[in-house]
Amino acid sequence: MLAFLVSSIRLGMAFLFGSVGETITEKSGHLNLGIPGVMCVGASCGCFAEYLYLSKAGVNANYFLAVFIPIVATLFGGAVMGFIFSFLTVTLRANQNVTGLALTTFGVGVSDYMIAETGSIYSKGSRFFTTSLPFADDLGVVGEILFSHGILIYLAIIIALATAFVLSKTRIGLNLRAVGENPATADAAGINVSRYRYASTCIGCAIAGLGGLSFIMDYLNGNWEYCIDAIGWLAIALVIFTVWKPGLAIIGSIIFGALYIASSYITGVSFASKEIFKMLPYVVTIIVLVFTSIRDKKENQPPQSLGLPYFREER
Amino acid sequence: MSANAAIELKNISKYFGGNAANKNVNLTINRGEILSILGENGSGKTTLMNMIAGIYFPDEGQIFIDGKEAVIHSPKDAFRYKIGMIHQHFKLVDVFSATENIILGLSEKGRFDLKEAAQRVKEISDRYGFEIDPMKKIHEMSVSEKQTVEIIKVLYRGADILILDEPTAVLTPQETRKLFSVLRKMREDGKSIVIITHKLHEVLSLSDKVAVLRKGEYIGTVKTSETDEGQLTEMMVGKKVSLNIDRSEPKNCEERLVVRNLNCVDREGVKILNNVSFTAHSGEILGIAGIAGSGQRELLEAIAGLQKVNEGEILYNNPKTGACDNLRDKTPMQIRDLGVRLSFVPEDRLGMGLVGNMDIIDNMMLRSYKKGKSLFLERKGPRDLAEKIIKDLEVVTPDAKTPVRRLSGGNIQKILVGREIAASPTVLMAAYPVRGLDIGASYTIYNLLNKQKEKGVAVVFVGEDLDVLIELCDRIIVIGSGSITGEVDARTATKEEIGLLMTKSADSKGGQAK
Amino acid sequence: MKKMNFHIVKREPMVWYKAVLVRAIAIIASLLVSAVVIMMLTSKNPIQIYSSMISGAFGSSLRIWSLFQNVAILLCIALALTPAFKMKFWNCGGEGQVLVSGLATTAVMMFLGDALPYPVLIIVMLAASVLAGIIWAVIPAIFKAKWNTNETLFTLMMNYVAIQLVAFFLKYFVKSGSGILTPMPEHGLPVLFGQSYLLNIIIVAVFTVLVYVYLKKTKHGYEISVVGESENTAKYIGINVPKVVIRTLVVSGALCGIAGLLLVGGTNHTISTTTVDGRGFTAIMVSWLAKFNPIYMVMTSFLIVFLQKGAGQVSTDFRLPSAISDIVTGIILFFIIGCEFFLQYKILSTKNRKEND
Repeated sequence: MLAFLVSSIRLGMAFLFGSVGETITEKSGHLNLGIPGVMCVGASCGCFAEYLYLSKAGVNANYFLAVFIPIVATLFGGAVMGFIFSFLTVTLRANQNVTGLALTTFGVGVSDYMIAETGSIYSKGSRFFTTSLPFADDLGVVGEILFSHGILIYLAIIIALATAFVLSKTRIGLNLRAVGENPATADAAGINVSRYRYASTCIGCAIAGLGGLSFIMDYLNGNWEYCIDAIGWLAIALVIFTVWKPGLAIIGSIIFGALYIASSYITGVSFASKEIFKMLPYVVTIIVLVFTSIRDKKENQPPQSLGLPYFREER
Repeated sequence: MSANAAIELKNISKYFGGNAANKNVNLTINRGEILSILGENGSGKTTLMNMIAGIYFPDEGQIFIDGKEAVIHSPKDAFRYKIGMIHQHFKLVDVFSATENIILGLSEKGRFDLKEAAQRVKEISDRYGFEIDPMKKIHEMSVSEKQTVEIIKVLYRGADILILDEPTAVLTPQETRKLFSVLRKMREDGKSIVIITHKLHEVLSLSDKVAVLRKGEYIGTVKTSETDEGQLTEMMVGKKVSLNIDRSEPKNCEERLVVRNLNCVDREGVKILNNVSFTAHSGEILGIAGIAGSGQRELLEAIAGLQKVNEGEILYNNPKTGACDNLRDKTPMQIRDLGVRLSFVPEDRLGMGLVGNMDIIDNMMLRSYKKGKSLFLERKGPRDLAEKIIKDLEVVTPDAKTPVRRLSGGNIQKILVGREIAASPTVLMAAYPVRGLDIGASYTIYNLLNKQKEKGVAVVFVGEDLDVLIELCDRIIVIGSGSITGEVDARTATKEEIGLLMTKSADSKGGQAK
Repeated sequence: MKKMNFHIVKREPMVWYKAVLVRAIAIIASLLVSAVVIMMLTSKNPIQIYSSMISGAFGSSLRIWSLFQNVAILLCIALALTPAFKMKFWNCGGEGQVLVSGLATTAVMMFLGDALPYPVLIIVMLAASVLAGIIWAVIPAIFKAKWNTNETLFTLMMNYVAIQLVAFFLKYFVKSGSGILTPMPEHGLPVLFGQSYLLNIIIVAVFTVLVYVYLKKTKHGYEISVVGESENTAKYIGINVPKVVIRTLVVSGALCGIAGLLLVGGTNHTISTTTVDGRGFTAIMVSWLAKFNPIYMVMTSFLIVFLQKGAGQVSTDFRLPSAISDIVTGIILFFIIGCEFFLQYKILSTKNRKEND
């Protein structure tokens, strides 16, 4: 049971990065269906950077650099994907859905390429990401649940809380929300809509990229064998599930994590039936989608201009 | 005179596609003065002002501010020059409070403090005599409150030059008077005020000077004290026109449409129609007056079968069969199947009445495509109809295969009204059918409505311009906050009388008008 | 202060040859970028890469058949999705809808293959496959129609449910426990003139015309356009929007069923979780890039399959992972998506204008 909870948290943080990143993006009015691709590319960049660093540093690798370098590489990879998305949708005014799907095709290709080229050789690097806080063992069960995790877990929660703060309590957050709600208004108020959309999409994608890194390096212990696009789609679904609130996403992501791994922890069912249990997160997402759409409350609505382009001189 | 000039425009032009919205416009705006920009709809008033406010960028020409050339690329640039514009369609975020909207986009130094900002909002509103709750959410506000937020927003940013685009279109005569007194107070404060309008009497009562635009071109500026309605109209329209609409006496009036105790609620469960009852007769034009958003749209949509009705009945007396059908809870299809010939020109032309991306032929088909048992479409009839409407109503279009989106507002409306009339209706409902149209196109529409009336159609006309309502209609009912607040005879009623009725129910909110 | 020295205006519709030229430039540019990427990975020169691509697509009659077969399948899925897209129903569930119909086909082949006479078997396969596709497509449609449930995510989730269903099927019914089902060509669709893919190609060609006619010439197609363009207009003229949404997704699902039948019954004769191989998503691009016109879709699907096949050959020739073809596809999509901008807008330089004055 304890192992189940710890695993749920570890996996949940991959969802959390993804959904916080997508929330930031969606608050600007961008519906980015490229998140799966972004997570793939983020993970690829991070893993590759780790691989380069470790093969250079050998046994002298130190904790700080072994963690810092991949994170920076991941942020960079994610941001580049965000930039491509923004360039196509904002500057070249392309359809957001189609651009997002193209981004996913591209990102999945990149990560499949990485898997095939370098294989699952990241377990060495993964050690650095799963190192727990030093005093975790002394605190028993509480320690295990709260402090036994790797650095990315804490980073995810910090980012989620910081995002929640920025969105609701700062001028930048106010402006960003205005851009997503009503870009024409924001524009008239002197807010540079394009710049906000670029920035929020790049930052959001950078954060979402960390979700990919967290999934590979932390949850999978560096054994990257299959494509992680499903994680990305669930992260997007989580945004709706948590009604665009990054704070709520912390809890939501752990629930999603639990659902995703439930099949491995269910005993007494056949090997084949486990495949049925693996449907759980998707089925639950569907139920949540249906449920939120039936309730249809005003405060739980997406940003009003989500998915819509904005061009000032359009007539 | 130009020593006092705040803004000077020199040879400004702006094109959309191939059409010139503004052509070589020269204009001066002075300090401490109220200037009216007068022109018909489509004369380029708003486009011109949008270029000063940074929404559009001029294709040609220069803008001088205090004698120096200014480049205004964005609203932010405009604020730097202390220019603020209050748009006709409010630019407010619905889910934000008044204060949040007001400080939106500002980059003030220091900590982000909503309470402090709310305090300053209060100070400004007290100074000029506004009434506003800084923490109230926009979607809970009335139109006039929203306008107040827009004005304070501009003042909060320290604007010296205020541009108001058709500020009175959504206000009652009483609210308009109040707004004007606030504007005069601002003029005394040394601010320059520009109001864009097409209403002559407002120009004459408020402004110091009038600049007239016609079809995108600058005609001239005159002092208000040295001009009159006749001269301004001539400048605006180009030739003298009579503002009279031919109105015949209603003939063969029968009760065609009887609405009884209609009640509707919106998505949030708020009542939008409250015990509405009226009768529309054949052979007359029934006007519906009211502040925008008082339930006019819902009323027409309820009759057309597009809005859910909670209580009441909608009775239709069929002139052919003599039967009396209740249209309540029927879909538009079912209404048609009953043999009810109900035509409806909705307010939202391209969003509801027509499909912008389809060509004229396919738009003709909207009403008739279902005819016949065949699985396939029949385009011959619609093509003939399209050609006929283009010819009869003088629609300016390359051909019938042009997407309607590319036509001008007047031509779009001719197509819509033409199609609705082609169904030879017995009831014709039209919501704001001349909104955004120039005078020529407006008169085409008035004539079409009059002809339908003479044919014995029961015409229901929802309008915003009280002058037109009084001249065109036979009877006018007034709607306020979802209730019918009165009925007047259009031949004897005055604007003031109707204006009072428009606000009647809004003032006594909560009181169940029975 | 940053000074902007250009601005963008919407242009009149471009003449067709210019539009073709812009797209051709975009494709060439994307090929150049792809070649640069491959060069960085292989250090081969671009001529080698392009010749390898062309040989991968047209190198032998087998490759040409395989090319057209793949075009047919991709086109079929794109045709299936198009009515939904035209209605602005973002059906991202092509992957799952094709997969479950493939699964239904497989099940019929496996369990009834020996029991039924061949013609009956084919009919049952067809019925099962179409029905499965319809079910998978219509579930999200019902919720969309009734409660406006987000169809993009719903259909995406349905994809994964379908994948798990196939995984379960393979683990449960494959006796060896390997999870790999041996192909059953003996129960497959008939082979015409000795060409195993010919029937697929003919069927898809027929459906291309049918879908074109359905969308452009029928009342159903008209209703789909109206609902897609403006739901308010649809309501205003009395179209029953939920009914049209559901009916269109039945059509969409049925066509996905055909694609599943062709893929399993006419091509692979077996199933795995990766049988559809991302075509459900690529088909969205095919449809969108062709502006939802079935005739143009022949070209866009051909282009994409050609590039994928070519990139696949590059990966074999130069010992690169096959995923390179997805990367190349992604790059090309970016360029084609981006080039649409130049078809609709033109950039005016503020500086030039002043000089002209």
